[in-house]
Amino acid sequence: MRYIPHTPNDIEQRLKEIGVSSIQDLFTSIPKAFHVDRPLNLPSGLGEMDLKNHITSISKENKAQSYTHFLGAGAYHHFIPSIVDTLSSQGDFLTAYTPYQPEISQGTLQSIFEFQTMIANLTGMEVSNACMYDGATALAESCLMAKRICPQKSKILMPKNIHPDYQKVCQTYMATQDIELESIDFNTHTGQLDLEALSSKLNNETLAVLVQTPNFFGCIEDLKSIQTLCEKHQTLFIVCVTEPLSLALLEPPGKFNADIVVGEAQSFGNAVSYGGPFVGFFTTKMKYVRAIPGRVVGETVDQNGKRAFTLTLSTREQHIRREKATSNICTNQALLATRVSIYLSTLGEMGLKALSRLNHTQAVQLTKKLSKHTKLKFTSPFFNEFVIETKGSVQNMLEKLKAQNILGGYPLEKDFPELKNSLLICVTEMNTNEDIEKLCKIIEEN
Amino acid sequence: MQDYRRKLIFEKSSEGRSAFNLYQKEEPVSIPKTFLRKEPMGLPQVSELEVIRHYVALAHSNFSIEKGLYPLGSCTMKYNPKINDQMACLPGFANLHPYAPTSLTQGALKIFHELERWLCELSGMHAVTLIPAAGAQGEYTGLRLIRAYHKDHGLNKNTVLIPDSAHGTNPASAALCGYEIKKIPSNKDGILDPKDVEKLLTDDTAAIMITNPNTLGLFEENIGEIAKLLHAKDAFLYCDGANFNALMGHTLVSKMGVDVIQFNLHKTFSTPHGGGGPGAGPVGVVQKLEPYLPTPRVQKEKDEFIWKEFPKSIGHIKAFYGNFGVLVRAYTYMCALGKEGILKASQMAVLNANIIKTKLKSAYHLPYDHKPCMHEVVFTDKKQSQTGVKTLDIAKRLMDYGFHPPTVYFPLIVQGAMMIEPTETEPPEEIDRFCDAMLAIAKEAETDPQKVKTAPHTTPVARVDEVKAARQLILKYQTKISS
Repeated sequence: MRYIPHTPNDIEQRLKEIGVSSIQDLFTSIPKAFHVDRPLNLPSGLGEMDLKNHITSISKENKAQSYTHFLGAGAYHHFIPSIVDTLSSQGDFLTAYTPYQPEISQGTLQSIFEFQTMIANLTGMEVSNACMYDGATALAESCLMAKRICPQKSKILMPKNIHPDYQKVCQTYMATQDIELESIDFNTHTGQLDLEALSSKLNNETLAVLVQTPNFFGCIEDLKSIQTLCEKHQTLFIVCVTEPLSLALLEPPGKFNADIVVGEAQSFGNAVSYGGPFVGFFTTKMKYVRAIPGRVVGETVDQNGKRAFTLTLSTREQHIRREKATSNICTNQALLATRVSIYLSTLGEMGLKALSRLNHTQAVQLTKKLSKHTKLKFTSPFFNEFVIETKGSVQNMLEKLKAQNILGGYPLEKDFPELKNSLLICVTEMNTNEDIEKLCKIIEEN
Repeated sequence: MQDYRRKLIFEKSSEGRSAFNLYQKEEPVSIPKTFLRKEPMGLPQVSELEVIRHYVALAHSNFSIEKGLYPLGSCTMKYNPKINDQMACLPGFANLHPYAPTSLTQGALKIFHELERWLCELSGMHAVTLIPAAGAQGEYTGLRLIRAYHKDHGLNKNTVLIPDSAHGTNPASAALCGYEIKKIPSNKDGILDPKDVEKLLTDDTAAIMITNPNTLGLFEENIGEIAKLLHAKDAFLYCDGANFNALMGHTLVSKMGVDVIQFNLHKTFSTPHGGGGPGAGPVGVVQKLEPYLPTPRVQKEKDEFIWKEFPKSIGHIKAFYGNFGVLVRAYTYMCALGKEGILKASQMAVLNANIIKTKLKSAYHLPYDHKPCMHEVVFTDKKQSQTGVKTLDIAKRLMDYGFHPPTVYFPLIVQGAMMIEPTETEPPEEIDRFCDAMLAIAKEAETDPQKVKTAPHTTPVARVDEVKAARQLILKYQTKISS
């Protein structure tokens, strides 16, 4: 076995040194009754060449890879500059453990400190942690953190236009907590959160209001109005961002006095990879920093006064605080956070802004092309995703598009029975003009 | 002057520079001005080569498995085969959108289906979910299944028993599920005594969480008996599978009476730790817990794989389906090893640990020495502390010898613990070099303790002031206002 160096001779010598006669002698503390007593029904090992052929052939069964797609809905297909892969796949980033020993982990620590800075700057918040599993668990953890800040309140308002998977994850995590999630409708005309519904449900007993912007339908939420309502009732304001590229174009949630801003940073240099690994981000105000979940990197000095970075505020974490920790998270998604740092350094201030703008304007161009034949479902401004209402059956249309190797978008009826024949379409820089023409043509014909 | 390489990327920024071009004509934005960003984002402005040099220098200041032995106990830092990463990056996997119709993602679903089956086969469990993102999320999931079962059967149970040698995520995960935690002491041999379990076991007990082999590197020999006690009370045996590398191919956890186990693919199944993640923490369960597994679950109907929801499920615990890219790596690893390689891996992991135990026990205090260790061994600083040298000092001094330190001060029940797990991928020569370094440090502790106490001496930074970091919080870069 190429990953295991021991030759029969090595094994014999080692056993002699230990003073036992066989490998089995090392396993005597395991009662026989627990031993594997039958041949395992597992394949035999493969040499690297056969292995590569085998796995590659499975990957080719994923026919979707050769399709053009207009699918977003929380997983965004963006261009990844070559250097993101090259730099992040260096063995010293890839095969290092959690940086518990700062003297030999400055690379990971500094790149995460840079990640924290970039995410805090993008969201307009004071402090970011080192990352979460994904946007959905980050949102669930934000609800738990709200409860830590304000233990006497327990109702959280969750709009129906938040990503359905995110809503489900929040429901799972809240099921064993003293926290009640209450849905709020969206405005069927604008697609945004229904401010009247929010206003009627919000009172001084409300622990927090969650808002996703752009929301699941791609609509940009009116954070200013929501901020005013939250402030009136002294309710925590939590904002979730699933397409962080929008932050380059839109006023950041921090400008609207958000208390916690969480989201998904997959868009920044990470592949869609069938939904994972992704990388959640978590930001808040400095006054709440001790209630934050997960790891945090801080700047300090070494004993010679030289700048150094280290994990800090560890007394919140499970390895110190055990059952009283702010979260049970240990392993996170650090490598993806490093990729985010590299990606954002590569694109930089101008690149990210230009890319963000391009995503938006390409989406706008598409809606203009479609406008003769199809109507936009919602009236509010959008970023790079929008909803159309098809004249005929959305499933028929998706089948026709599929026949042309196009995945046309995300049909909403599955999660929103009231939105029949509504299709969520996402446009990114990866969609060429020809793709867009082709999509338009088929939609027009239906 | 500050070393250029120690600068943050923001400090290398020059207005107007960029490593990215878009040659597109600017179209008008159709978003009202009130919604638009007015201030810059504060991102760096650097050229492509500057980005390269920055992140190459950063990587160089890390230690990694590829540089040398990384014997972190209970972390299983084995070699991470390069082919695994290459396979996970194949366009058929990396570019696959999670909402593509399943008719076009059959290869991915096949990997889910087979990997689930293989983990069942290796553990003897009835069903597996691959969704949990990490070990701690696996623990959370497993305990939620237990909660769901008890609720479904009208049983009100609110306590989880956890040994004093357990990893901190165990109590943290149990607390997140709303359980009260009761601590069980280990006995003088470092394992659980069924009598101690019996004393704490009540009708309120939902489960016990046992790491096996435990964090002392010892097999919990009484686990079968403990399982019987629990089952008689409708309570479950949760096995933390962080140390599954000692067992795979050799021992079936189902035979111990385990009801739930989480696997750490980033430990046992060789996927890289990436400086802290991503991992994956699949959970295996007995038949009676299967209905509660998180969704969606992959199912084979006719000849096609599909995603399915189940009515009794605890629901979704993560967006989409789990850390698929990590699953591909683990799947590739299992294909490479095959059933023979899997057994050999656990055997050689145990052999390597026992060599270290044999070679170091004359120089370091070994608190538990009544039988061979499993995949890891725990020493203490008892002998060295006579000259004032502590575990932390030994750990830091190891860096000067070119090794990563072991896990230190854990498990908590051993004062000054050094928990060493070499894994099976280390050749005998590297094990010898590590032991020589440990022996040399033990000698230095006698002859030149100051040298050990002020270590490390050769690392990119000297000993780091962690107290200052926590007292004067600097958690992001702020442009200095020039004076």
